[in-house]
Amino acid sequence: MGEARLYVAQRVSALILAPLVLAHLGLIVIAVRGGLSAAEILARTHDSPLWAGFYGLFVVAAAVHGSIGLRAVAAETLGWRGRGLEWATLGVGLAFLALGLGAVVAVIA
Amino acid sequence: MTNGGTLAVRIWKGDAKGALRAFTVPHRPIQSVLDVVTWVQRNLDPGLAYRFACRVGMCGSCAMTVNGIPRWTCRTRVSKVAQDGRLTIEPLRNLPVIRDLACDMRPFFEKWRAARGRFAPTGTRADPLPRLAPDSPGRRAVDAGIECINCAICHAGCDVVAWRPDYLGPAALNRAWTLQNDARDGDRAARLQAVAGDGGCTCCHSQQTCARLCPKGLNPTAAIAGLKRAAFAAALRGRP
Repeated sequence: MGEARLYVAQRVSALILAPLVLAHLGLIVIAVRGGLSAAEILARTHDSPLWAGFYGLFVVAAAVHGSIGLRAVAAETLGWRGRGLEWATLGVGLAFLALGLGAVVAVIA
Repeated sequence: MTNGGTLAVRIWKGDAKGALRAFTVPHRPIQSVLDVVTWVQRNLDPGLAYRFACRVGMCGSCAMTVNGIPRWTCRTRVSKVAQDGRLTIEPLRNLPVIRDLACDMRPFFEKWRAARGRFAPTGTRADPLPRLAPDSPGRRAVDAGIECINCAICHAGCDVVAWRPDYLGPAALNRAWTLQNDARDGDRAARLQAVAGDGGCTCCHSQQTCARLCPKGLNPTAAIAGLKRAAFAAALRGRP
């Protein structure tokens, strides 16, 4: 993928992530201060299209943003270039996606 | 006329595998770092290699690393940068050292070429001169970056250039941005493609070291941000 497209993907994913991260942190504070148990949280998220959409979008944006960011770190600190780096970026992104979506399924299904 | 003091000066000698050599130089009033280097060459080390031309901050050839920071030495007063009468003068970072304080500037100018930093006229000398409104946004953007003297101080100071040597760097990208805003230029699509590719404007971390160090007070980071916006818009239109 072209550098400019990756740049767009990373900036747009950051734009999506910013409010989602704030909401996520707020939810943690509310859940902890409210004394919600794990079972009570799971009861709320179970079969909820709202939470599935919220955290599904969160995971997709984080996978895109994180993998492109790590690509830049690898290029700058390790001097890694070329096709190997592109495949590694894709692999890391898919791994983030699989791990994240697995967690989303676990709290929704 | 001396003010009675001396400077403890260490100057890089040799190529990349060289070392610092110590010299004692009289401290004079209104003395520039270039004056110190010249004094050493004339009085202590005739073989010292360094580069300068105009001595008045126009040509951009005397840039060196002074106490760890890249500076134009002809316009840098010793009194401003010496620390307890000590000066360490080294060649610019991020460029191959030829000998002593002289760097090979070819990689720097090759990046200008890679960024298509050459004006591509759309008219001929037979055409009437185009009328450019001085207060138009494009002309203002050109004005903001056009005074670059190619000293390579921003290039030497840029950490991204140090991390990835294929990065085009602040000077070449600043030049590209001035041309992208030149209404008379006819190479803007190809230039945007050149500066938005691998090692291009999207590598910039906006640390603004270039803007802080530029002796002409330019802001290459702002120019690069302009290129990023243009690349972003082009990518959305499917023309990255």
